[in-house]
Amino acid sequence: MTPIAIVMMIIAMVTVWGGLILALINLVRHPEDEGHLPETIAREL
Amino acid sequence: MEAKHETNRANGYNAAHKWVNVVCMINASSSGAPTAAPVGRETFSSRKLFILSAIGSAVGLGNIWRFPYVAYENGGGAFLIPYLVALLSAGIPLLFLDYAIGHKFRGSAPLAYRRLHRSAEVLGWWQVLVCFIIAIYYAVIIAWSGMYTWFSVTKAWGGDPGGFFTGDFLQVSESINVGFNFVPGVFWPLLVTWAVVIGIMVAGVNKGISKANAIFLPLLVVMFIILVVQSVFLPGAVDGLNAFFTPNWEALGDPGVWAAAYGHIFFSLSVAFGIMVTYSSYLKRKTDLTGSGMVVGFANSGFEILAGIGVFAALGFMAHNAGSTVGEVAVPGIGLAFIAFPTIVSAAPLGALMGVLFFGSLVFAGITSLISILEVIVAAVQDKLGWSRVRASLAVSIPVAFISLLLFPTATGLYLLDTFDAFVNSFGILAGALVAVILIAWFLRKLPMLSDHLNKVSSVRMRTTWIALVSVVAPLVLGYILYNEFASKIAETYEGYPVWFIGVFGWGMAGALVVGALLLTLIPWSAKSKLNDPEYAAMVAADEAEEQR
Repeated sequence: MTPIAIVMMIIAMVTVWGGLILALINLVRHPEDEGHLPETIAREL
Repeated sequence: MEAKHETNRANGYNAAHKWVNVVCMINASSSGAPTAAPVGRETFSSRKLFILSAIGSAVGLGNIWRFPYVAYENGGGAFLIPYLVALLSAGIPLLFLDYAIGHKFRGSAPLAYRRLHRSAEVLGWWQVLVCFIIAIYYAVIIAWSGMYTWFSVTKAWGGDPGGFFTGDFLQVSESINVGFNFVPGVFWPLLVTWAVVIGIMVAGVNKGISKANAIFLPLLVVMFIILVVQSVFLPGAVDGLNAFFTPNWEALGDPGVWAAAYGHIFFSLSVAFGIMVTYSSYLKRKTDLTGSGMVVGFANSGFEILAGIGVFAALGFMAHNAGSTVGEVAVPGIGLAFIAFPTIVSAAPLGALMGVLFFGSLVFAGITSLISILEVIVAAVQDKLGWSRVRASLAVSIPVAFISLLLFPTATGLYLLDTFDAFVNSFGILAGALVAVILIAWFLRKLPMLSDHLNKVSSVRMRTTWIALVSVVAPLVLGYILYNEFASKIAETYEGYPVWFIGVFGWGMAGALVVGALLLTLIPWSAKSKLNDPEYAAMVAADEAEEQR
């Protein structure tokens, strides 16, 4: 593969799959519980 | 922090107890004496199952056969930029809008919109009818994929996959109309497809939809990963990956590329046609909506990147084998799946395995999406008529299956499928989404209330930026894409089909959806309907009591 194609492939994987991993970590940090709301609140979007 | 945690926990428990008490009170007062609790709305038994089902809905045929080509055609590696911008600025915000509406108003699309505002009910019915049109043709592609999974074993297409697909398999008629010249090779697999899907729908949210997704989605991911690994080791795969990832930076200056990114994200995430409204209505009250939505959005895109790698590695092999360039062999949609891929399967080492993995993936991705599309209709009928799950599922699924079996496994079915798909996407989903965001954001001004709901139960807060994205960015982008679609379809007759055919099954169908939605809105909600559901009334009362404290 050409260097630029490799770089773009890595960027695509890191951003999208990295985004998925971050989203999963955020979810794990806020476990499902009928009884309480999330304690730590992420920054407003 | 601990004290806050305990306070929240206590508030939650109090609200839950109050909710149960109010249900009992309403129940007792309605009959004069305590009676058995009413049948509550079905609920996903866990957040994980909701997320799996939502991903199963979002990951569909388009992820596999549409995204790779759209990305390649619109800048290759550079497309990642508009794609991510579209995902974060429109896809995920609109996903949250659907979640907020479905979860807060706890109903199918028509009921949830009705509870949002009386004038919005028509949007829900419009989305239900869009789902009806998509369901009747989507099932056919699953049936084709099922047959091609088997054909892959014997490479039944021989040396001419294109001729086999339109000739031997579909027996496509030369005259473009609607006929009833049935093709048994498509009719029977379609019947089996509908039997499986009807079984899932009748089983309900937990025993049907959740279980199907819990089985099919992991299976799809595993099969597709094996396919990708197999593809990247084929000779010529590198050429395909170079074609897919090499950026064309000039494309970023083209508004059409940005429109393609936004258009793809809208279709890919299953937003704005009732699916996510319906699914989120089955969530427990204290579910982290935005945290779950982020996972769904990125999982869907993660699968698309995987699909891009697998498909273009395989196309690189195809070009290598044919002595041509990747650009010459790259095609989207049906052409990719049923003509290009069989060519690859015939030539590749372990080609039969590759075919089974590819077409099996299409079957699983298709079924998990089809059940979500059908659920929009089933839930709407269930809510409007107050019917049981089984009754509503059968009353919806059997007629939909019948119409699908009547129109599509025929020699003319391909023309109808192509036309329905092109027009319902543009003038059903996109137009419906545009009207919805304008009505909700600008006329009814419900976004602050919906963002409050998202923030109450979620880990990622939505406020000013989210409201701006939904009320300004989404309408502008949707309006631009819709205008382009309208202009291109007016400028020349779609695919060169006869004007009467496009008039009736393209424009006519799209217009009939709006008229049908208006008529369905005029039908009054019966006493047995879920409009005055005591469970919902109790939930609202409990929420209000909690807010007043």
